[in-house]
Amino acid sequence: MPIVRDTGDTGSQDANAHELWPVVAAVPDPEMPPLTIADLGILRSVDDVDGRLVVTITPTYSGCPAVEYIEQLIVEAVTETGVPADGIEVRRALAPAWSTDWITPEGREKLEMSGISPPRTLLDGTPVRIGLIACPQCGSTNTAEISRFGSTACKALYRCNDCTEPFDHVKEL
Amino acid sequence: MSALLTYVLRLADDNIILGQRLGELIAKMPELEEDIAVANLALDHIGQARNLYQYASELDPDDRSEDDFAMLRDEREFLNAVLVEQPNGDFAHTMVRQFFVDAYQVPLYQALSESTDERLAAIAAKAVKEASYHRDHSSSWIVTLGNGTSESHQRTQAAVDALWIFTADLFAADAVEDELVAEGVAVDPSLIRPAFDATVAEVMADANITMPADSYQRLGGRTGFHTEHLGHVLPEMQLLYRSHPGVTW
Repeated sequence: MPIVRDTGDTGSQDANAHELWPVVAAVPDPEMPPLTIADLGILRSVDDVDGRLVVTITPTYSGCPAVEYIEQLIVEAVTETGVPADGIEVRRALAPAWSTDWITPEGREKLEMSGISPPRTLLDGTPVRIGLIACPQCGSTNTAEISRFGSTACKALYRCNDCTEPFDHVKEL
Repeated sequence: MSALLTYVLRLADDNIILGQRLGELIAKMPELEEDIAVANLALDHIGQARNLYQYASELDPDDRSEDDFAMLRDEREFLNAVLVEQPNGDFAHTMVRQFFVDAYQVPLYQALSESTDERLAAIAAKAVKEASYHRDHSSSWIVTLGNGTSESHQRTQAAVDALWIFTADLFAADAVEDELVAEGVAVDPSLIRPAFDATVAEVMADANITMPADSYQRLGGRTGFHTEHLGHVLPEMQLLYRSHPGVTW
């Protein structure tokens, strides 16, 4: 089960047509389990390359500690379908760099249902953020940042000034 | 060692040593939020270092692994700028050191993301987003501390005065950069210096901190001539790996 690092290979564009895409896409994110790796937009492609299944993912942050575990989970999910362990390769692509804009509408909905405020949309990849940060409990936009860094690399901690609940917010990246 | 490998190690070593320094502070920060912040900063820097060491490993004719680069080299082989190895000191020292690094890394990674070396460009395009967030964090602390109590102002001024002499080393270049800049691989440090100076001038003005007069600058880190402090960082960082060769999690 070789894991190739940082190939820069993002695979083909129609890679989600692969029959094993649904199997890989269903792998949960270990740090936010209601979301799958497809919901998060870190699953880039599932391809057949020279008779092997090549799954390409991209890390959210350079130091994301969950990446290696996600790679293991992908291999486990695929081998359960009968693919031999030496028939799968997980590649890690750094380019193009992951953006929170890649979180799917379904992923954003799951974040809100889990009490996590989804990231605001970035304007053409610039740091300009569109919209306000709303409390996932009561919907109020009267919110304030408590801590710029949160429980994982991708989150910051906020508080709702109306219902007073603290909540996680996925940082725009 | 090829110019490219040397250059990649210079970039990687800045991040691993700063990451280690920040890691020393976990559970020692003045408030819980800052403990989480410092852990996250360290994680980003170590992640960037890992991406770079993995590339270095592929470039290395001696086939050293990423762990070998981080854990089995000695002081003279580390090529980080001397700024990142400076002790954590008080909170002002930690934040001023971080701010100087952030003000350097943002334009560095921005420019490097245009490198003709695709791998370096990819690593930098990812890292620049993290560096920008770090810079927002450290610069807001400099402004807060500079305009805070007379004690926090005085400590921030003292940290700037003490650490400024280590900043030119971030931009030190030799034949390694010259060769790679010509190929469009490396960033010419003299081209990103104006962006660094502008960021520093703006934030220090907002913080009411006086910049030290231009004076002596301690150089040498890029060729392995370090201040006494790196020799104390490495034993702690490398102890486990050297005591238990081949250890894995």
